[in-house]
Amino acid sequence: MEAFEYARPTSKEEAVKLLAGTWGETEVLAGGTDLLSLMKDYASNPKRLVSLSGIAALKGISSQPDGDLRIGATATLQELIASPIVAKQYPALVEAAHGVRSPQIQSLGTVGGDLLQRPRCWYYRGGHGLLAQHDGKSLVPDGENQYHAILGNSGPAYFVNPSSFAPILIALGAKVRVHGPSGAREVELSKFFRTPSSESEREYDLKPNEILTEILVPAPGGAKMAVYEVREKEALDWPLAAAAVVLNTSGKTVKSARVVMGHVAPIPWPSPEAEAALAGKTISESVADEAGKAAVAKATPLSKNAYKVQLARVATKRAILAAAGGA
Amino acid sequence: MPSCKYDWPAAGQRKHIGKRISRIDGPDKSSGRAKYTYDVNRPGILFAKVVGSPYAHAKVTSIDTSEAEKLPGVKVHIVQGVGTEIHWAGSEILLVAAPAEEVARDAAQRVKIDFEVLPHLVHEEDLSKVGDRGKPTAEQKTGDAAAAFSDPDAVIHEGYYGSAIIAHCCMEPHGQVVEWTPDGNLRAWESTQNVSGMPKEYADALGIPVTNVRVMTPHMGGGFGSKFGADRWGSECAKFSKAVGKPIKMMLERDLELVMAGARPPHYAKVKVAAKKDGTVTAWESDSWSTGGPTGGGIPPLPYALNDIPNVTKRHTAVATNIGPIRAWRAPNHPQAAVLTLCALDDLAAKLNMDPMDFFQKNAGLGGERADMYRQELTKAAELSDWKKLWHPRGTKIAGNVERGLGLSLHTWGGRGHNSRGTVTINPDGSVEVAAGSQDLGTGTRTVIALTAAETLGLEIKDIKVSIGDSALLPSGASGGSTTVGGVSSMTRRGAIDAREQLFAAVAPSLGVPPDQLEAVDGKIQVKGSAAKSVSWKQACAKLGMNSIKAEGKNPGPCELISSGVGGVQVADVSVDIETGLVKINKMVAVQDCGLVLDLKTAESQCYGALIMGISYALHEEKIMDNATGRMLNPNMEFYKLAGIGDIGELVVHMMTGPGYDERGVIGLGEPPVISPGAAISNAVANAIGVRIPTIPITPAKVLAALEKGGVA
Ligand SMILES: Cc1cc2nc3c(=O)[nH]c(=O)nc-3n(C[C@H](O)[C@H](O)[C@H](O)COP(=O)(O)OP(=O)(O)OC[C@H]3O[C@@H](n4cnc5c(N)ncnc54)[C@H](O)[C@@H]3O)c2cc1C
Repeated sequence: MEAFEYARPTSKEEAVKLLAGTWGETEVLAGGTDLLSLMKDYASNPKRLVSLSGIAALKGISSQPDGDLRIGATATLQELIASPIVAKQYPALVEAAHGVRSPQIQSLGTVGGDLLQRPRCWYYRGGHGLLAQHDGKSLVPDGENQYHAILGNSGPAYFVNPSSFAPILIALGAKVRVHGPSGAREVELSKFFRTPSSESEREYDLKPNEILTEILVPAPGGAKMAVYEVREKEALDWPLAAAAVVLNTSGKTVKSARVVMGHVAPIPWPSPEAEAALAGKTISESVADEAGKAAVAKATPLSKNAYKVQLARVATKRAILAAAGGA
Repeated sequence: MPSCKYDWPAAGQRKHIGKRISRIDGPDKSSGRAKYTYDVNRPGILFAKVVGSPYAHAKVTSIDTSEAEKLPGVKVHIVQGVGTEIHWAGSEILLVAAPAEEVARDAAQRVKIDFEVLPHLVHEEDLSKVGDRGKPTAEQKTGDAAAAFSDPDAVIHEGYYGSAIIAHCCMEPHGQVVEWTPDGNLRAWESTQNVSGMPKEYADALGIPVTNVRVMTPHMGGGFGSKFGADRWGSECAKFSKAVGKPIKMMLERDLELVMAGARPPHYAKVKVAAKKDGTVTAWESDSWSTGGPTGGGIPPLPYALNDIPNVTKRHTAVATNIGPIRAWRAPNHPQAAVLTLCALDDLAAKLNMDPMDFFQKNAGLGGERADMYRQELTKAAELSDWKKLWHPRGTKIAGNVERGLGLSLHTWGGRGHNSRGTVTINPDGSVEVAAGSQDLGTGTRTVIALTAAETLGLEIKDIKVSIGDSALLPSGASGGSTTVGGVSSMTRRGAIDAREQLFAAVAPSLGVPPDQLEAVDGKIQVKGSAAKSVSWKQACAKLGMNSIKAEGKNPGPCELISSGVGGVQVADVSVDIETGLVKINKMVAVQDCGLVLDLKTAESQCYGALIMGISYALHEEKIMDNATGRMLNPNMEFYKLAGIGDIGELVVHMMTGPGYDERGVIGLGEPPVISPGAAISNAVANAIGVRIPTIPITPAKVLAALEKGGVA
């Protein structure tokens, strides 16, 4: 990694001032579990790191007076797993955190960092840039695309969003709060991620001199929820496909559902088709299977990842069944 | 059989041999006291990094190191200069070194090299696309396969099988610390499987006498066949060190370790096999191909293990690629040949509607010398895997989305102990040392030496000091081919018996009997069979006065202490989720012989480790090469998938010991148990889902693709 300057501000205002107005000059450092590996691979070469570890206002997990759950951006995965409120009200968030199998990453990695971690695309990590360009065209469509996108993949981005938390947080209707030079703003998490169209853009709605400060999750009000991730290995590995489901039910009938898939597209991928297939139904194996099928109906697999269509369908089905089964 | 002076003690008289003995360097390794090459630091040391080619095939046209040399203390050493043709991505163009490792890394980034890019080939599985890179070798024939296939009663199966290219993934990467002494001697601390042979490697590359080189490997973290040579990076580091007048440390970083420090060649084949209706295999025909990297590479031993098939025709094509050098990988070519053979025969058994256990029992005779062992081991493996109860005809549908299946494979290996010399020293103070230029790859060499000496001298294992890993000691062979245990144990036995004889001679007068009436047991020298007439080990050694006993032990040598040739059978019990294509290992059973087992615990450990490595290559591992750039895409432990503790299921190891095995003497074990897992797991998956996944690793993508074409789903 290149030499860099290290700053450890104690307030968000100070932090924002230390950040440059263009990407690449400076980077925000949370747990560093993703950023430092990018820097060691020379895929990111910031001149200054602005650490968030000294800012008390970004820490902690608590219930708000209005019933929302507030997760500080620098709350660790470990804190989330250990939180009694989260365990009681949002069991699917704990499941998602357990998906990150390494105790070391759980204890250093932050929830904010998980949402903002960069794609794991091996062309990107291997130095070909976020859009994997080589001689003016993407290496992905004709290359080793077995782990790449099956939806939202008309280019130029083909990577998948790697976060295990984003799908379930979106399904729960979470918002994020962002702090920048002109103060704070709130964004629906469902609108926060986006597909970059050039190398100078990021995969989320954040400016280079803004920081994510907290995640606000509405009270679940008795909703049923689950995540399901398909992984090749039990040991530390990335999901091949994932789904998060939140069901609002009346008796056995689904009033409304939220279905969001992970690892299928450059952004967490909500499926209104699957949601429609569930509304008004009583969950059964076949209803869940139909919803899974609907979720991937529009998939456009690349040369080597057709199997992911099946995996996304199964992940969706199993997440629905798990949500319905878990009271 | 008349007994021979150095023979192993008889079954009832073994104190340590055959027991479960923990490795003697375990506490050092787990506490960090054990020092590896990376831990060696010398005054004024520089850290070197490789600047490799980003292209798989190219010519170097210019090199500019000026920016790199602006960083503090940076030195540069050209390895492959302007004009050189490069044959794989990662290939060393130059080395940079600096007093701080991170500076060396940054300097490497600042080097600018231009290339003329040439066409490359990094995928060999599709033979129709390799063009003139493929070189067919001569057809080999035994009997008349064509006639056997045209027998109207023959049951014939044809299929395609293969295994992908994988990397060695040694826990400790390749590398060395090199230092020149003022009088022109080179000292190298090196992670190597070949301590005694390494000085010649350096001497040849540097043009200095072999006597001027000393190589040390006190501990190392695995080699698996990839660490026999000094390698270009090693000898170039030595030249670099001489030029700058400072010691240099260079360990490959994980990416280059995976890219160029070792890969197991892929092997693919179209196979045709025939049997009589009763299941007797009659004919084999194969068209195989593989790559050895820039050079074509070796031929798999086909048909594997059951190689007495009477009618055989085989052809092989060697493909030159730009993937990087291939190296021997734990039982070179055998795991791949096992997949090509045992999977084809398992498919033939399915076509014959035969239980593979019966089918392989019936055909065990084709294993020649190994036949009886295979039969016994098949029986044992069937028992330990609950085969009778759990096996079902292929693809029987079970309710739900999880299908369970069983599969088996068998294997063979040589493993005759290598040449080895060492010294057994008994000192007047009672201390004992065995010293030899051997190396402990992590397999337990030290422990085996200590227990052999302790057994022979009637001592406890802790009483023996073992010094190895230094080329200044008497030479031992390289640790390859499962030859080390046979070599060092027989060497130690012979040396310790000779040393014991000298001690008996010194003690005999005081006990009033001739030396040949003495024995060494339980820390005493006593008159045979009478513990009352004894002196303690310490008192006995005190009689040596000022002089230590030094006896040289050797292998080969008198008496039959070792032999060659082992067999093994493994059964895999798997569950396949037919909706996701995920394969889960429920249980692996390994039944293995290796003659006389010296340390049951480290022997079993070899099998456990082999099963884990085997599960990993059967289900996950592949060196993934990008066609457009010619580079490896997964050169790290995140994308290069290795099985973890949650992926391996229950492992059951059974060592065949006792009469019929013990009297064969010591035979090596490091490699054989890693041969069968790929074929056994592939056969188990075929049994579970009713279709064959032709190539390993068996990924969810391949399982789903196969199920789409047929099987239980
Ligand atoms: C082998 C491996 C397996 C993994 N498996 C999974 C998995 O299955 N699922 C999963 O979800 N994750 C997985 N992870 C990722 C892990 O969860 C993330 O690395 C971790 O959560 C990132 O948190 P961090 O605090 O360390 O982030 P950092 O590395 O500090 O930051 C990550 C990125 O976010 C930016 N950033 C961080 N916080 C802020 C903020 N508050 N404001 C603005 N920018 C910010 C940084 O600038 C950087 O670009 C895995 C990681 C590894 C290495």
